[in-house]
Amino acid sequence: MATTETTPKPLGEAIISRKETNLWKDAFSRLTRNRAAVTGGVIIFLLFLVYVFAPVIAIRSYDVQISKDNNAMPQWLVALFPMTQGYARVNNAYPLGADDLGRDVFSRIVYGSRISLTVAFVGPLIAMLIGTIYGSLSGFFGGKLDNLMMRFVDTMYAFPTLLLIILMMAFFRSSFAGIAEPGSFKYTMNQLDTKVGGLLFIFIGIGITSWMGMARLTRGQVLSLREKEFVEAARATGSTNLRIMFRHILPNAIGPLIVSETLAIPGYISYEAFLSFIGLGVNPPTPSWGMMISDGARVIRTYPHLALIPGLALAITMFAFNFLGDGLRDALDPRMRGSS
Amino acid sequence: MGQFVVRRILWMFVVLFVVSFVTFFLMHQVPGGPFDSEKALPADIMANLRARYHLDQPLWRQYTQYVYDVLVPRVTSKPPSPSVLDSFLIDVKMGDVYFRWMNFGPSFTSKSRSVNDIFHDQLPVSFQLGVMAVLFAMGLGIPLGILAALKQNTWLDYLGMGVAIFGVSVPAIVMGPILVWIFAVTLKWLPATGWGAKPPYLFGFLPSEFSLNFFKYALLPTITLGMGGSAILARLTRASLLQVIREDYIRTARAKGLAERLVIVRHALRNSLIPVATVLGPYFAAVVTGTFVVELVFGIPGLGKYFVNSISNRDYPVIMGTILLYAMVLVIANVVVDIVYAFLDPRIRIQ
Repeated sequence: MATTETTPKPLGEAIISRKETNLWKDAFSRLTRNRAAVTGGVIIFLLFLVYVFAPVIAIRSYDVQISKDNNAMPQWLVALFPMTQGYARVNNAYPLGADDLGRDVFSRIVYGSRISLTVAFVGPLIAMLIGTIYGSLSGFFGGKLDNLMMRFVDTMYAFPTLLLIILMMAFFRSSFAGIAEPGSFKYTMNQLDTKVGGLLFIFIGIGITSWMGMARLTRGQVLSLREKEFVEAARATGSTNLRIMFRHILPNAIGPLIVSETLAIPGYISYEAFLSFIGLGVNPPTPSWGMMISDGARVIRTYPHLALIPGLALAITMFAFNFLGDGLRDALDPRMRGSS
Repeated sequence: MGQFVVRRILWMFVVLFVVSFVTFFLMHQVPGGPFDSEKALPADIMANLRARYHLDQPLWRQYTQYVYDVLVPRVTSKPPSPSVLDSFLIDVKMGDVYFRWMNFGPSFTSKSRSVNDIFHDQLPVSFQLGVMAVLFAMGLGIPLGILAALKQNTWLDYLGMGVAIFGVSVPAIVMGPILVWIFAVTLKWLPATGWGAKPPYLFGFLPSEFSLNFFKYALLPTITLGMGGSAILARLTRASLLQVIREDYIRTARAKGLAERLVIVRHALRNSLIPVATVLGPYFAAVVTGTFVVELVFGIPGLGKYFVNSISNRDYPVIMGTILLYAMVLVIANVVVDIVYAFLDPRIRIQ
């Protein structure tokens, strides 16, 4: 640092003037100095605004069909894709065009952010909830129980995840639907799922298949932390197991867990998009970017924007979460820089 | 070491049993049967069909019968019959006797094809796609990671890591349509959908000729599938090499006056690629399931497309066979990687 110009301060003052800091403050200041991470954070914040104010931002609701305007395109899109000239119906009332049913693409993209963002936040929550409880139980009690629980995790890992999710979605979708008697478990679940546009079963599917990494990580953390002196001290002062777990071990283990789950978010987003892409995800007409890509890919020769625009939205969102996740990892543990 | 290998292999069988068990019972919980159609069949015919496929027996009987058919190899001198019930995935003639193993049963939706016939026709396509994607990922990812590490904090490093973050951020369902639109629709250089190889395959899984046409069809799907892997490999190679370069033995190599090129190639690279070998197991899993996505995006007639269709058709044996087969591939890949890793890293071998 070029500090030759400034007059040197007395040593004591320099030490006193150093601001008080802790792990989280320190990490936050490192995070804000990382330009990519800040960009990612800003994009996620904007997406969150879109999520909240979707009814205000969108031109009309995502399911309104104006059939005389089907496949309409605004002038700028026709100029961007010259081959659509001649057959595309130009209508500038649709900023991103309309799909084959005459639904406004812009509004559907806006509402689609709700699906992706919900998955981005609920997915990690489910994985963390199951994974940390499972992993800390396993690590804390150790011994035979630990061995047994970890072998179960190994077995779960052997399932081809995507295939299992597909199978479970098919199972939920067909065995819970069409149950007529209200009050039964399946009926209630199906009603709930319909209310949230099909997201409930996606969450269950993701939850069942993606907690194992978190469990392993938590167990590892707990195993190393429970041997530390401060845990021994807590035990010596008569703290209960529960208190040691929640007051002493988990707060110290949470950093790597958060980083790992943030880095997993793009994976959850792409799972949902893929499930909707193959028709096992959200229920139409709930707009999911994955479903929009699937619809658009069928007419990519004639109306390329119908697949490319939701694709762009999905990619930008995943970029943002990746940037933020990388930044968070570097900020919380500079030693992990660059590793995956 | 021997004990380690034996334990891993025994464990593999336990896992496969659990996978088959869970899949079997989950699958049979799905309401509706394979013979439910818009036009209801007469009850007698239905009963006959159910008896033919053992669907009238209790579930546990169906399960044990299935496991028996798949697991137990047969050695007979009888030549194979054309029946769909008598079709095995592995069917080799050894002298006078036939060694036949893994009968996945008949398909419920096809009169003349068994699940093994479907595997024989569809699996090679998925295999070809997967292998090319792995080669692409390694060919792009590892050199990129090495360059990025050697030129740390230069534009090469930033470019490499930019490609890496691109690879993990653009999923196949986005990458596929973009590539199709650029190279197939706009430039018209490459076909948009389909696959360039047809049965019969060389040795049962290779395309009969590596023509230009084959690669034309394969290029876009390979890039789509391999991109994510190359990103992971590039990041890992970079991180691992950066760590190794700071080790004492590298300083020693430099201090004794070894040329920089030799230091990198002989001392740093070899050791830095060991951790990379460990991700090959999980990465292999990602490619295997990734073929599902890419096959759907590009309309490739591989096993992935078949699997998704078989779920909506309730084609139990195809669903079951596919999941078991993929689980088998994953578990074997993981065991092989574990064992290879133990051989590569002397520190693990000694333990």
